[in-house]
Amino acid sequence: MRYSPRNLAKRQYVIIGIFAVVGVVYLMKLFSLQVLDDELKQSADNNVLRYVTQYPARGKVFDRNGELLVFNEAVYDLMVVPGQVSKEMDTTEFCRLLNITHDSYVERITKARKYSRIKASVFVSQISKEDYAHIGEILYRYPGFYFQTRTIRHYPSAIAAHTLGDIGEVDQRQLEEDPYYKRGDYVGKSGIEKFYEKELRGKKGLKVVMVDVHNREKGSYLNGLLDSLPVPGKDIYLGMDAQLQAYGEQLMHGKIGSIVAIEPKTGQILAFVTSPTYDPNLLVGRVRGENYNKLLNDPEKPLINRAISGTYPPGSTFKMVNGMIALQSGSITPATQFHCNGPGSTPIKCTHFHGSSPDLANAIENSCNPYFYEAFKTTINNPKFGDIKKGYEYWYQMTQALGLGHKFDTDIPYELPGNIPTRAYYDKQYGGKWNSVTIRSLGIGQGEILVTPLQLANIAALIANEGYYYPPHLIRAFGDSTAIPEKMTTRMETGIEQRHIKVIKAGMNSVFEGSHGTARGSKIPGISAGGKTGTAQNPHGDNHSIFIAFAPVEDPQIALSIIIENGGYGSTWAAPIASLMMEKYIKGYTERPAVEERMMNGVINYAIKKKK
Amino acid sequence: MTDRNSIIGKVDWPLLLMFFALVLIGWLSIYSAGMSEDHHAIYDITQFCGKQMIWIGISLAVGFVILLLDAKFFDAFAFWIYAVVVFLLVVVLVYGKATKGATSWIDFGGGVKLQPSEFAKLGAALALASLLGRQDADLKQRKTRIAAYCIIMVPAALVLLQHDAGSALVFASFIFVLYREGMPGAGAVMLLAVVAVTIFVLTLLWSTKVMCIVIGSLFVLTLAYFLLNKKKGLWTMVAVFVFFFAFVFAVDYAFYDILEAHQRTRIEVILGLNDDIKDAGYNLHQSRIAIGSGGVLGKGFLQGTQTKYDFVPEQHTDFIFCTIGEEAGFKGSLVVILLYVGLLIRIIRMAERQKLAFSRIYGYAIAGIIFVHVAINIGMTIGLVPVIGIPLPFLSYGGSSLLAFTIMLAIFVKQDANRLKIL
Repeated sequence: MRYSPRNLAKRQYVIIGIFAVVGVVYLMKLFSLQVLDDELKQSADNNVLRYVTQYPARGKVFDRNGELLVFNEAVYDLMVVPGQVSKEMDTTEFCRLLNITHDSYVERITKARKYSRIKASVFVSQISKEDYAHIGEILYRYPGFYFQTRTIRHYPSAIAAHTLGDIGEVDQRQLEEDPYYKRGDYVGKSGIEKFYEKELRGKKGLKVVMVDVHNREKGSYLNGLLDSLPVPGKDIYLGMDAQLQAYGEQLMHGKIGSIVAIEPKTGQILAFVTSPTYDPNLLVGRVRGENYNKLLNDPEKPLINRAISGTYPPGSTFKMVNGMIALQSGSITPATQFHCNGPGSTPIKCTHFHGSSPDLANAIENSCNPYFYEAFKTTINNPKFGDIKKGYEYWYQMTQALGLGHKFDTDIPYELPGNIPTRAYYDKQYGGKWNSVTIRSLGIGQGEILVTPLQLANIAALIANEGYYYPPHLIRAFGDSTAIPEKMTTRMETGIEQRHIKVIKAGMNSVFEGSHGTARGSKIPGISAGGKTGTAQNPHGDNHSIFIAFAPVEDPQIALSIIIENGGYGSTWAAPIASLMMEKYIKGYTERPAVEERMMNGVINYAIKKKK
Repeated sequence: MTDRNSIIGKVDWPLLLMFFALVLIGWLSIYSAGMSEDHHAIYDITQFCGKQMIWIGISLAVGFVILLLDAKFFDAFAFWIYAVVVFLLVVVLVYGKATKGATSWIDFGGGVKLQPSEFAKLGAALALASLLGRQDADLKQRKTRIAAYCIIMVPAALVLLQHDAGSALVFASFIFVLYREGMPGAGAVMLLAVVAVTIFVLTLLWSTKVMCIVIGSLFVLTLAYFLLNKKKGLWTMVAVFVFFFAFVFAVDYAFYDILEAHQRTRIEVILGLNDDIKDAGYNLHQSRIAIGSGGVLGKGFLQGTQTKYDFVPEQHTDFIFCTIGEEAGFKGSLVVILLYVGLLIRIIRMAERQKLAFSRIYGYAIAGIIFVHVAINIGMTIGLVPVIGIPLPFLSYGGSSLLAFTIMLAIFVKQDANRLKIL
C-alpha cells in the first residue's frame, strides 16, 4: 500500500521541502556575502580596474670582452580601452596631437572596439620618448587612453645582424602553442634572439591598478594581492669578439661569402661574418616591416646567413679530410708517395706544377690532385675492409666523426646539414655498379660533397686541436652564471690519432711557409700559421675562393674558414683575408696595411662573375 | 470566440505574474549589464537588451498561441515533438558550429541561432509525461522503467556529446518526477546522490585515509545498532557500506582520471583547495565581489561597477545574477529567490490539482528542470556549486533559453486552464 495514489501525492511535500531548503540555504549564503562581509564591498569601491602588463627588460647581449652588442631602448605604446573613451572627446585635437588623420582614428578605434570594449588594445604603437613626454602631459584629458612602456632592441655597433637575430610580434602559431604570449608581444625571430628566447625574455608581471572615471590612477587593487613583479631576462655573453667581427665585415665588403672563426679550445665562435650583411637597427620598431621586405627582395639576399645556410663544394680544403682518413685507416703512411703527371694525370688532372712524386706533406703544400685521388682510392680499396662498398662506408663514418654531413645543432637556428653522399645513394645512382673511378671527385672535395662554412671552420679547429673539437656555438656564458647547455661543452673525439694529424698540420704549415706553398704570399709576420687553399668549381659562375686556417701552429688561438663566392683561386682573396683576420685577432693590429687596404677595397663584380 | 475570452479567465494568474516579473527583471538586468560610458536605449536592437526585447516579444507571442491550441494536442504529439528535438540534436552534432568548446548551435543565418539542447528538455518532459500518463504505464514494471530511462538518456547523451556537460546534468532533474510517480528506489537514489556528493566533497577535503576511518566507525556503530536491536536488512546495510568504501576509493580515480583539468580546478576552487584568484578562481572571485559589494540595498539600477567592465565574465548570460546582486543588493536577491521558490511551489501545487496524469507528470518534470537550472546557476555565482555554464531561466540573455522556458510554462498553463473541462 506504500504506492497508493494518496501516499504518492504526499511526496509533493518532500519535493517542495527540497526546493525550500535550497532556497533558504542560498539566501543564507547571500546574506553572509552581501550583508555580513565587508571586505568584498571595499574591493569594489567605485573604481575601475586596469590590468597593466609589466614587461620585463629583455636580457642584454655582450661579446667575449664585455662589449655591449644589444640593449633595450624604451618606447611607449598608447593603449585604449574603448569602453572608457568619452563621447564628448575632442577627436580633432587628439588626432593632431598624435599626428594621425581622423579616418585613421576611426579605423583604429573601430578595430579596438571589435577586439574588446573592455580590454585594452594598442592604439598607436612605439611612440618615441620625445612624443611620449609631449603627449603624456595632456593625456589626462582623454579618458580611456594611457601609455604602456615597452622596450625595443638597439645595436650600438651595428654588427653581426644574422648572429644576433631580431625580434618581432608573436605569430598565430606561437600564440596557440605557448599561453605565455599575448597578442602584440615580441619574441625572438632569428639568431640568438630566437634560440635563447626563454632566457632573454624573462617573465612578465602584472599590476592591477584602480583608476577613477577621470583616468587617474587611484592606487593598487587589493593592496597588490593580484600583482606580480616582472623578472628581467638573463644577460648573455657571446664567444664572439666584436672587434674581430667588425673587422671581418669590413674585409668582406663588396664580396659575397662568409668568414667563420672559432676558438679551437672551446668551440666558441669568434667571428661569424656573412656578406652582404645589413644594419640590425633596420629591423626594429615601426620600420621593421618595410625594411624587412626591402632586404627580402634584394637580389643578393642579405637576409641569408651564408655561414650556415650556404653550402659549397669544399674543393681542395677537403684534401685534409681525405689525408687524415687515409692515414688513420693505415692505407697510407706519411712517407707514401703517389705519382703526379701534372696536367697530364688521369683520371684527375693536377692544376699545379710541382716535382713528382710528392709525399703527403708535399701534396698538401702543392695541393696535388692526383695524390689525394690516389689516397682516397687506396683507402676505400683497402683490402682490410673486404670490398670497396665496405671501404666507402668506413670513409663515410669517418667524415661524420669529423663533423661533416650533419648539423651541429647547438645554438644557431637555420643551420643546414651539407651533404656527404651515402653508400645507398651511389648504389641507387649507379645500380650498384660503381668503383673508385666513378666517385673520384670525392678525393678532391668536388662532386656531391657540400659543406657549410661552419663545418669547414670546424675542420680547421679539429686539426688545430690535433684530433678533437667542441661543437661550434655562440654562447660563452649567461649573465647569472647558469651553466651553458652540456651539448656545447662536450668534447667530440674524431677518432683520428694525434700522430696522424701532426703530419697534416705540418703540411698545412708549409702552405704558408714552404717555397711552393699556395698561400706563401699571405704569410703573417711573426706568426706561424697553418692553412689550405681551395678553389671550388662552381657550375653557376666563376670558382669560389676558399681558405681554411689556424694560428699559431704551436698553440692555436683561432681557426677559421673563408669562402668568397666567385672569387677565383683560394690564394687570391680567401687566403689574404684569413691571414689578416688571424693577425688582427692575435696581435690586435696588422703589419701589412697594403694587403688590408687591397682586401677592404676589393670589390668583386658579380654581374660579370655570375653566369645566368 | 468564447474560448479565447474564457482562456484569460482560466489561466493561473499568480503563476503568470511571477513569470512576467522574472522576465522583466531579466530584461532590465541585461540592459544594465550592457551599459557603459556610451548610453544605449533599452530598445536598441544592436545591443543585448534590444535583442532580448525581440526575443521576449517572440516568446510571449508563441506562448499566447499555445494557450489557444487544443490542450490535447501536446499529449497527442508529445512523441513527435520529442522526435524532432532529438533529430535536431543529431543535426547539431553533425553541422553545428563550435562555440566555446560546445557544439550546440544551429545557425539559421542573419544572426539567428538556436540551441536545440534548450528544447531537448522540453521534448523529454513531454514524452515522459505522455509515456507515464498512459493507463497501462506502471513504473513498478521493468518495461515502463526502461522506456522512461531511454526517453531521458537519449537526449542527455546527445547533449553530452556536444561537450555541454551542464545541460546534460539538467536531465538528472527527472528524478523528481520518477520519485513522485512512485518508481521503486527513486527516493533512495536521491538520498544516495546526496550522500555520494557529501562523500566526494569530504574525501577531497580530508583524504582517503581519514574518510575510511570515518566510514569505518559509522559502520561499526550501525552494525552494533542492527545486531543489538535485531533489525532486518543487515545485508542490505552491509552492501551499502561496501558501496561507500568503494566510492571513497573511486573518488581519487574519478577526480584525477575522469574529470578534465578545467572541471577539476573548478571543483578545487569551490572547495577552497585552490585559491588562485587570477586564473581558475577568477570568475568566482569577481562574481562574489560583484554580489558582495551590493550590500543590503544595492548600488542602484545602472549604478553597478563590477558587472559593467567585464570583470564578471558572461555577465549578461550565465552570470546575470551578479548584476542583480550588485545593483539591487540583498533585497533584490531575496525577491528573485522568493520568486523562483514561489514559482516552483506554485507549479507543484498546480500539478497536484490536475485530473490528467499527463498534466501532473509534465508539471513535475518542468518544475524539476527549472529547479536544477536555478540551483546550479545561482549556486555557481555565489560559490556553492562549481562553475557550470547553464542559463538562469527567464532571466539570462539568450533567445533559445527564454523561448524554450516560456513554451514549457505556457503548455503547463494551458493544461491547467483546461483541467475543469476534464470529466
